[in-house]
Amino acid sequence: MQPAIRVTNLVKSFGNQRALNSVTLEIMPGEMVALIGASGSGKSTLLRHLAGLIVADKDSASEVVVHGRTVQSGGRLARDIRSVRANIGVVFQQFNLVGRLPVITNVMAGMLSRVSLIRGMFRLFLHSEYLLGQEALNRVGIGERAAQRASTLSGGQQQRAAIARTLVQRAKVVLADEPIASLDPESSRRVMEILATIHREDRSTVVVSLHQVNVAIKYCPRTIALRRGDVVFDGPSTQLTPALLRDLYGAEADEILALPDHISLLQERTDNVVPLHSQPSPATQAAQTG
Amino acid sequence: MSSIAPATNPQLPPRVSLLTLLIWGGVLALLAASWQGADMRPAELWRDSSNMAKFAADFFPPNFTNWRFYLSEMLVTLQIAIWGTALALVCSIPLGLLASSNLTPWWIHQPVRRVLDSCRAINEMVFAMLFVVAVGLGPFAGVLALWVHTTGTLAKLFSEAVEAIDPQPVEGIRATGANNLEEIAFGVIPQVMPLWMSYTLYRLEANVRSASVVGMVGAGGIGVVLWEVIRGFYYAETCALLIIIVLTVTGIDTISARLRKIFV
Repeated sequence: MQPAIRVTNLVKSFGNQRALNSVTLEIMPGEMVALIGASGSGKSTLLRHLAGLIVADKDSASEVVVHGRTVQSGGRLARDIRSVRANIGVVFQQFNLVGRLPVITNVMAGMLSRVSLIRGMFRLFLHSEYLLGQEALNRVGIGERAAQRASTLSGGQQQRAAIARTLVQRAKVVLADEPIASLDPESSRRVMEILATIHREDRSTVVVSLHQVNVAIKYCPRTIALRRGDVVFDGPSTQLTPALLRDLYGAEADEILALPDHISLLQERTDNVVPLHSQPSPATQAAQTG
Repeated sequence: MSSIAPATNPQLPPRVSLLTLLIWGGVLALLAASWQGADMRPAELWRDSSNMAKFAADFFPPNFTNWRFYLSEMLVTLQIAIWGTALALVCSIPLGLLASSNLTPWWIHQPVRRVLDSCRAINEMVFAMLFVVAVGLGPFAGVLALWVHTTGTLAKLFSEAVEAIDPQPVEGIRATGANNLEEIAFGVIPQVMPLWMSYTLYRLEANVRSASVVGMVGAGGIGVVLWEVIRGFYYAETCALLIIIVLTVTGIDTISARLRKIFV
């Protein structure tokens, strides 16, 4: 079977700083994969390369292919990058909605690759197309907010609108770059649930970068762990024990193992908690008994 | 013995620095050097004060006999300002986008900016004189003059607004596979719209003032009438015209300021 995402020898430097160090990986269609790592490990950089929002180093043999179509190769974007991007939905940490436009119009942006330039520029969408947008908003549970300006929504609602945009896009691959890093616990849980639902119902491939390993284990069967631009682990999320993470990350492990309030809340609501520790830490113990 | 140790080395505010003194010295020297060239004769204000009082007295009472004619010419001036601003607005949208360094490469935005600079550097009056020669006396020359000059200012202001946008929403649109122009229509224009509206209203306001002046070189409107009565020493009529201009400009300023408050 053809992989949904194939990354070969991806090299990216910012100045003298190596952000990605010859990353090679494959993700099959319908997988839900977590990308974890401490801040600065290259998670966002990798995702932005997959979406063709930045290009790899010019003199490298870097290549990114999504569903058989080249996104970039050798540090150059594909000529037909716009139609390639149309298949790739991106969800950003800061939502990246246009605050002054109504929610429904933001969601209709997902149609842009399928309508003519004139219709796109003047936001002329058909009634049937608006129905698609409304349906997507209903699906993420904010259907009644359609006419409101995007800036009037809470962070969690804005992120759900951003997900609705990828639904209208009919994206086969959804890339979520730290989608819950700016959200409160309850919103974080809902956003992760929606991503999991889309993955399950639409059979779309979802890659989500996360700061905390617990969320990765709960929602994603497979985890790819980055450390300073290198893939240091790629396998079933259940294998990620604290011992292994300390092995992989040394002192940095504390950052991704940290259990801030909203992560423990995520765990509290878990019906089938995946065993994370052989000897649970006090925080998870409290969460499980609580 | 005091419990608080006496301060031995207090931090005094910095003295007036030598640099500040030099700057003031420079300003005074510049004023002195310009005295001769500017033909400054303040003493004559005193000596001829009786003449001036007589001259000022000629203005009163204002003569509003021809008020219908004055008002219709004032209306022409307003119409010149409206069309000059409208044409400038239409041109400033594409030019402002092209002059934005975050949207276009340097070899596009630099030349466009230079063109805008020259439109802006030359005063409306100069353009009006040139257009009077080109299209003849009358309001149309005034419209063209305002159009060119206002495009220079408005497009520059528009591009500054575009350069200050938040790039994240634009990236969000780009990620959907949208075209460059769709990125602008969806991601850029909604962000700059309030500022653009406000700038346009401000220019309309400024153009009502300018339009009364460009008339003086023959480009139509109340300026033409004003120039004729001044040259004919009809001071009572001049006073009436000035009152009409002041009231109209104040009125437009007030309305436009109100509208701008709504947008920003």
